[in-house]
Amino acid sequence: MQLSHYLWNEDLKEMLESNKESLKLEAMKRIVGLIAKGKNASELFPAVVKNVANKNIELKKLVYVYLVRYAEEQQDLALLSISTFQRALKDPNQFIRASALRVLSSIRVPIIVPIMMVAIKEAAADLSPYVRKTSAHAIQKLYSLDPDQKEQLIEVIEKLLKDKSTLVAGSVVMAFEDVCPDRIDLIHKNYRKLCNLLVDVEEWGQVVIISMLTRYARTQFVSPWKEGAMFDENNDKAFYESDSEEKKDPTEDKPYIMDPDHRLLLRNTKPLLQSRNTAVVMSVAQLYWHLAPKHEVSAVTKSLVRLLRSHREVQYIVLQNIATMSIQRKGMFEPSMKSFYVRSTDATHIKTLKLEILTNLANEANISTILREFQTYVKSQDKAFAAATIQAIGRCATNISEVADTCLNGLVLLLSNRDETVVAESVVVIKKLLQTQPTQHSEIIKHMAKLFDNITVPMARASILWLMGEYCEKVPKIAPDVLRKMAKSFTVEEDIVKLQIVNLAAKLYLTNSKQTKLLTQYILNLGKYDQNYDIRDRTRFIRQLIVPSEKSGALNKYARRILLAPKPAPLLESAFKDRDRYQLGTLSHSLNTKASGYQELPDWPAVAPDQSVRNVEIIEPVKEWAPSLGKAKKPKSGDKFYSDEEDEKEEEGSDSSGSEDSSSSSSSGSSEESGSESEEESSGTSEKTSSDSGKSSTGSEGSSSDSVQNKKKKKTKKVVKKKSKPAAADSDSDENGNGPVASSSSSSAESSSGSETDSEGDSDSDSPAAQKKKNNVKSKPKVEVKSKKEVSLLDLDDFSPAPQSNTPKSAVLSSSLLSDLEGLSLSNVSPTIQVTTPSFGPMKTHELLHHMTGKGLSAKYHFPRQPCLYQPSMVGVQVILTNSSDHTLEEIHVGERNPASLNIHCFNTIERLEPEASVTVSMGIDFSDSTQAANFQLCTKEDGFSVSIQPAVGELLMPSTMTEQDFSKEQGKLLGMNEISETITMATANTSSQAISKQVLSVANLGVVSSSQSNFHRFAGRTVSSGDLVLVSLEVKESCSALLTINTEKSVMASMLLRDLKQALAQA
Amino acid sequence: MIHSLFLVNASGDIFLEKHWKSVVSRSVCDYFFEAQERATEPENVPPVIPTPHHYLISVLRHRIFFVAVIQSEVPPLFVIEFLHRVVDTFQDYFGVCTEAAIKDNVVVVYELLEEMLDNGFPLATESNILKELIKPPTILRTMVNTITGSTNVGEQLPTGQLSVVPWRRTGVKYTNNEAYFDVVEEIDAIIDKSGSTITAEIQGVIDACVKLTGMPDLTLSFMNPRLLDDVSFHPCVRFKRWEAERILSFIPPDGNFRLLSYHVSSQNLVAIPVYVKHNITFREGSSQGRFDLTLGPKQTMGKAVEAVLVSSQLPRGVLNANLNASQGTYTFDPVTKMLSWDVGKINPQKLPSLKGTMSLQAGASKPDENPTINIQLKIQQMAISGLKVNRLDMYGEKYKPFKGIKYMTKAGKFQVRT
Repeated sequence: MQLSHYLWNEDLKEMLESNKESLKLEAMKRIVGLIAKGKNASELFPAVVKNVANKNIELKKLVYVYLVRYAEEQQDLALLSISTFQRALKDPNQFIRASALRVLSSIRVPIIVPIMMVAIKEAAADLSPYVRKTSAHAIQKLYSLDPDQKEQLIEVIEKLLKDKSTLVAGSVVMAFEDVCPDRIDLIHKNYRKLCNLLVDVEEWGQVVIISMLTRYARTQFVSPWKEGAMFDENNDKAFYESDSEEKKDPTEDKPYIMDPDHRLLLRNTKPLLQSRNTAVVMSVAQLYWHLAPKHEVSAVTKSLVRLLRSHREVQYIVLQNIATMSIQRKGMFEPSMKSFYVRSTDATHIKTLKLEILTNLANEANISTILREFQTYVKSQDKAFAAATIQAIGRCATNISEVADTCLNGLVLLLSNRDETVVAESVVVIKKLLQTQPTQHSEIIKHMAKLFDNITVPMARASILWLMGEYCEKVPKIAPDVLRKMAKSFTVEEDIVKLQIVNLAAKLYLTNSKQTKLLTQYILNLGKYDQNYDIRDRTRFIRQLIVPSEKSGALNKYARRILLAPKPAPLLESAFKDRDRYQLGTLSHSLNTKASGYQELPDWPAVAPDQSVRNVEIIEPVKEWAPSLGKAKKPKSGDKFYSDEEDEKEEEGSDSSGSEDSSSSSSSGSSEESGSESEEESSGTSEKTSSDSGKSSTGSEGSSSDSVQNKKKKKTKKVVKKKSKPAAADSDSDENGNGPVASSSSSSAESSSGSETDSEGDSDSDSPAAQKKKNNVKSKPKVEVKSKKEVSLLDLDDFSPAPQSNTPKSAVLSSSLLSDLEGLSLSNVSPTIQVTTPSFGPMKTHELLHHMTGKGLSAKYHFPRQPCLYQPSMVGVQVILTNSSDHTLEEIHVGERNPASLNIHCFNTIERLEPEASVTVSMGIDFSDSTQAANFQLCTKEDGFSVSIQPAVGELLMPSTMTEQDFSKEQGKLLGMNEISETITMATANTSSQAISKQVLSVANLGVVSSSQSNFHRFAGRTVSSGDLVLVSLEVKESCSALLTINTEKSVMASMLLRDLKQALAQA
Repeated sequence: MIHSLFLVNASGDIFLEKHWKSVVSRSVCDYFFEAQERATEPENVPPVIPTPHHYLISVLRHRIFFVAVIQSEVPPLFVIEFLHRVVDTFQDYFGVCTEAAIKDNVVVVYELLEEMLDNGFPLATESNILKELIKPPTILRTMVNTITGSTNVGEQLPTGQLSVVPWRRTGVKYTNNEAYFDVVEEIDAIIDKSGSTITAEIQGVIDACVKLTGMPDLTLSFMNPRLLDDVSFHPCVRFKRWEAERILSFIPPDGNFRLLSYHVSSQNLVAIPVYVKHNITFREGSSQGRFDLTLGPKQTMGKAVEAVLVSSQLPRGVLNANLNASQGTYTFDPVTKMLSWDVGKINPQKLPSLKGTMSLQAGASKPDENPTINIQLKIQQMAISGLKVNRLDMYGEKYKPFKGIKYMTKAGKFQVRT
C-alpha cells in the first residue's frame, strides 16, 4: 500500500515535470482530486510549485488551489512562488492582478506579511474596483495571519470605505466588521453613501452592510419607541420604568422626531424585503425589528412568511426568529396564522417551531381554532411532536384562562391514550395545570391514581406521586393506598420516582400519620440503603425533618410548614422567552448561546450623538488621485472619476467606445472644469445602477414607456429646463448650442430606442453634465456659492428619497431636497437656499377631524408639498393624529373611501395611540387634478368617522423650474383659450418682489422662475396627476395694480388659481 | 465567514472537502454524525450544530449533506442561502447534483468553489458569471478536451462581473431570438377530514428562459397585478418601476432564471381542483383494515387534471396493502410504509379509485391516527389564481423576438387529513 502510494506520487511527479502541458494538467487534476478527498499530497509540493508561472490558465488555477492548500505546511518552498505573484500584481489586466492578490494573501506564511501589506495598500488604490474588492478581502486574511498589522489595515479600510463602487462596499464593510468593528467613527462620513448604495450592492454585501448599519444606528440615533407605544406583553417595560422619571417628561412633551438619517436607513432597506436572497430579507427584517418605530415593524411580516416556502433549513431559521418576534408582538403574525399550520411532511424541528409560534399567537379570539388544530397534532404519528403539542395545550390553558377547563378535560381524555409518551406528557402538563388552579380537582387526581398502574414513564409516575402528596388532603383515601403500592415496588422504580415516593411518604406522615407511619418508616429504611446517594441523602434529611427525636431540634416543628408550604405555580413559558437578548437573525440567536465573535447590540443612547458628523465635508483630500488635478474641490470627484471611468472602460467593451467618445469630446468642448464635473455626473449615474430606473435613465429618457415619461416630467420640474434638461434625446438639446456632444449622444439614445441599459446611460450622462456646467458658468454671480454646494449636494442627492432625487443641475433646489437639507442643518447651504428659493409661507394646517366628533381622536392635515413617495401622481398629505381622549385608541386606519375608485395610499395601521400622544403619518392621494374632496373613513378599532380632505387648487401643483426663455417659449404654446388673465389690485404691503413671491407660493406650490425684469414675476409648476404645465406670470404695473396671467391647459384650475391668487395678493 | 465545506453522503462518508482558510480537520464532522445518529430521519438533523470550537451549518439536498464549518458569529441564513446556491450551481452545471456527478467532475467542482468564495466570503454566485469563468462540462467538450488537451476554464476573462448589469454577460448572440415565460402556480392546502378547506393559498413563480441577442430591455405587464400580494424579484427587476406602475421592467440574464416569485393575496378564495372521498378504517381486534379512496375533479375551470400522484404514509402497524386501482398503478413499500398511487389523468366520467384491504400486524392495537394523503397534480394552460400576463415588450434592440407564455398549476403541499 505504502509502496503503491509512493509509486503513484512518483508517477504524478514525472507527469508534472514532463514538457507536455496536457500531462501536467492531467497530473494537477488528479492532485486536486486527492485534495478533495482529503488525502495528503504535500510531498508533491516542489514539483507543483515549479508550474506556478505556467501560461495555461487552467493549470495555473489548479496550481493556485494546491498552493493555497499546502503553503502553510511548506513555507520555505512556498516562498519560491512569491515573485511570480509580485510580478502578476503589476499586470495590466485587472483580473490577473486580482487573482495574484487573492492567492498571495491566501498563502498563510508569516514571512510575507510585509509583502502582503504593500500589495494590499497598492491594490486598495488600484484603478479597478474589482482589484480594490480583492484587497478588501485580503485585509481580513492578513489580519488573521498577523493581528499586529491592525493599525495599518485600519488605514486601508478607512480609505476603501470612501470608495463609491458598489463592488467594493460589501467587502470593505466585511473587513471592517472583522478588523475594527468598534471604530464606528469611520462609518459616519460614509453612512449616507452606504445607505444609498445598498440597493445596488451584491446580495451578500447587503447582508453584511445591513447588519453593520443596524449596530451603527443603535449607537447614533435615539429610540423611536415611545414609552406610551410600548406593548403590553413587552418585558422591556420594566427596563423603561427604571429609566427614571426625568426622561419621561420631556419625551412626552415634545413628540419624537426621527433623525432623517435614521429614516433614510429604514427607507432604503425596505425594498430589499423583496430580495430573492433569504439572508437579505432576514437581515432587513431584523433591522426593522431593532430600529423601526413599533408600528412600522409589521412591514416585514409578509416577507418573512414568504420565506417559509423556501428550503427546510431556511424555514428553521426563519421560524426561530418569528417565534421570538411573536412573543413580543402577537399582532404582527396573527393574520398569517394559517401559514404556521403543521403539515405531516414537515421535519420534526420545523413542526415544533410552528407549534411554538401558534402557541404564542393564541388569544381569546383564535384559541378555539388553534385548539382544534392541536387536536389533529396530538394524534400525529410523530410522537415527539404529539408530546410537544400537549405541552403547547398546557401553555394555552395557562395563558388563556377561559379555555383552561376545556384544555384540562381534553388532557384528561388523553390519559387513556394508548401511546405512552402522550400519556406521560399529559400527566406532566396536567400536574402543572393543577398547580396553577389547585381548587376542586380531586376528581382528576383520583382518575390519575387509577391510571397509575398502567403508566410506566418515570417522569409521569413521579408527577402523579407529587400530585398525590401535594393534594393528599383532598384525596385522603387514595393517597395512603398508592403509598402502599409504592412501598412494594420501591426497589424497582427509577430514581426520580423514588425521590417522589419518599416525598409522598413524608407528606402523608405529616397529614395522616395514623395510617402511614409504618409505611413511611419502611420506605425511609429502603431509601437509607439505596444505591443512589441522592436518595440516601434525601431519606436522611426527611427522616430528621419529620420523625421527632431529641437530636432533631427546632426544624422539626416547622416540618409541616416546610413540606406542605403552598407552592407557586410553575410558569409555562415559551422556550423563546429570553431569546430576544440576542440580535435576531444571528447565529447566537439560533443557538440561544453566545457564539464566539458575537457583538452585543448596543442599547439606544438616551441622547442622540451629534448628527452633523455624518455630513460629508466639502473637501476630502484623497492624495493618491489628486496630483494631476489642481483644484481644491477636485480630489473627491477625481476619486470617483478614476474609478468609474475605469468601470466604464473595462466593463463595457464594445459599448465603451461611445462613452469615451462623448466624454472626451465633452471635455474638449468645454473647459477643463466641465470635464471633471461631467465625471462627477457620470459617476453619480453609474452608482445608481439599473435597478433604479428612475435614476439610471438620466440619459435615456427617450424610452417610450410612460413611466419614464412621468419621471421625466417630474424631473424637469426641478431642473432649470433649457440648459440642464437631462433628456438629451429631447429635441431641445440642439437649441442649446451644445453642438456635437448633445446631438451625438441623443442620437445614440434614440438609436437604441431608449433602452435604459446603463452603459448607454453612462455615455449619455456626460452631455447633460456638460450642459449643466455651462449653466453654472452663465449664472455668474452665484458660481462661487454653487460650485461649493455642488459637491455637498452630490452626497445630499444620494440622501433624498429615490424617486425624486435627480442630480440637481441648477441652483434651484427641489422642494424635497430643500426640506431634507433643512433637516440636516447644513449651515453652509442654507444661505444659498435663501437666495434661490424663497421660502413658502407657514404651512397651513387644516382640521380633518375634531376631537369632539372623533370621540377623542382628532386629526389635522397639511400639505407638505413634497413629491409623494408612493406614486408620482399623488399629492402628499401629512396627517397628525392626536388622541385627546383618556383611553388608548387602537388600530387607527383608513377605512372606506368615497368615491370608491379614489386612489389613496393609506398609512400603515397605527396599532396603539396612547392618550395625549400624537403621531404624524403621511398619505398619498390622487386627486386627479380636481379640487373635489377626497372622502374616506378614519377608523379606530371601535368607530369609524367620515372625513374629507379638500385640497386648495394650489396644492395640486408641483413646482417646476425653468429659465425665463423656456418660460416664454412654453407660454407661447399656451395662448388663446389656455390663457386667462386679469388685472388685480394688490395690497400695498405686497408690492415688493419678495412679498409677491411669498404670497404666491403660500397659495400655490409653484417654482420661481428667475426674472430679468424687476416688475415681472414668473412662477411655473405642473399639475401633479397629469403633469400639465401651469405658468403664472405677474406684471406689476403701477403702485398697486398688476396683470396676473395664468397659462395652462387646465382652464378650470386656472380660474380657481386666479381667484385664490387674487385674494391672497389683495390681503395685507 | 465560511471556513470549510464537507460533503457527506447518505451513508455518512465525507466524499469531498474544501477549505478556504486554514485546514480544519475532518474530525469536526464527528459532531455532525452524532447529531445525524440522534435524528431518526435525515430531515430531522438540526441545520445548526454547535461544537466546542466551530459551528456546523448544514443543508440537505439530493440526499447529500453540505456541511459548512463556521468559526464565529455569522447570520446562519447567510450560510444556508449560500450552500443552496452552491447546490443550484452544481445542478446547473452537471444536470443533477449526485455524489457520482460531483465525484466525476471534482475538478470543476473545485474550480467553482474556488470562484464562489474568497476567504469564506461569497465572490461570484451568479450563474451567468460563473459560466464565463468555468465552462460547464458537456459530452462534446469532454471529448474535445481529452483529445486536444484544452480546458474547461474560460480563456477570456469575464467582463460581466464588473458591468453595471452584473447578471448579464455582454456580447450575447443568438440566431433565433426567443423569450419564454412560464407562470407556474402551486396550491398549498390542508383539507380536513370532512372535506372542508382549513387553509389554502397560492404561491407562484415566473420562470423565464430568455435567449436574446445584445442587451434587451424587457417590460412585462399583467392584466391583474392586484392579485399579487407579496413578491420577490430577481435582482434584475427594477423595483421602483414595480412599485409605481406594477410593471416588471428588467434587463434579463442570459438563459434560464427565476424572474419573480409571488404570493397571491389571501383574500381571494382559492379554487381547490380536486376532491378526495376516503374511507380508511382499522377495526379493533381484527388484523384487517379497509382502504377506500376516490378522486374527483372539483373546480378546474374545464381543464383536465393531469399527472395526479397520491401518496400516503400508512401507520407503522400496517404490514401490507392489498388494493385494487381502477386506473394507474400503486406501490406499497412495506419498509417505509409509503403507499403511492400514480393515477395519471382524472377522467370526470369515470372517477379513479383505489380500494382494498390492509393487513395489520397480528395482535397490535389499532393505530391511533389515520394517514394523511398528499396529492400532486398538474393542470396545464391555467394559472389557478387567474393571473394573466398582459404584454411583453422589448426595448433596446431592433430585432423582433419570439415570445411565449405558458401557464401551469400544480399542487404544492396539498394534504388531505383523514
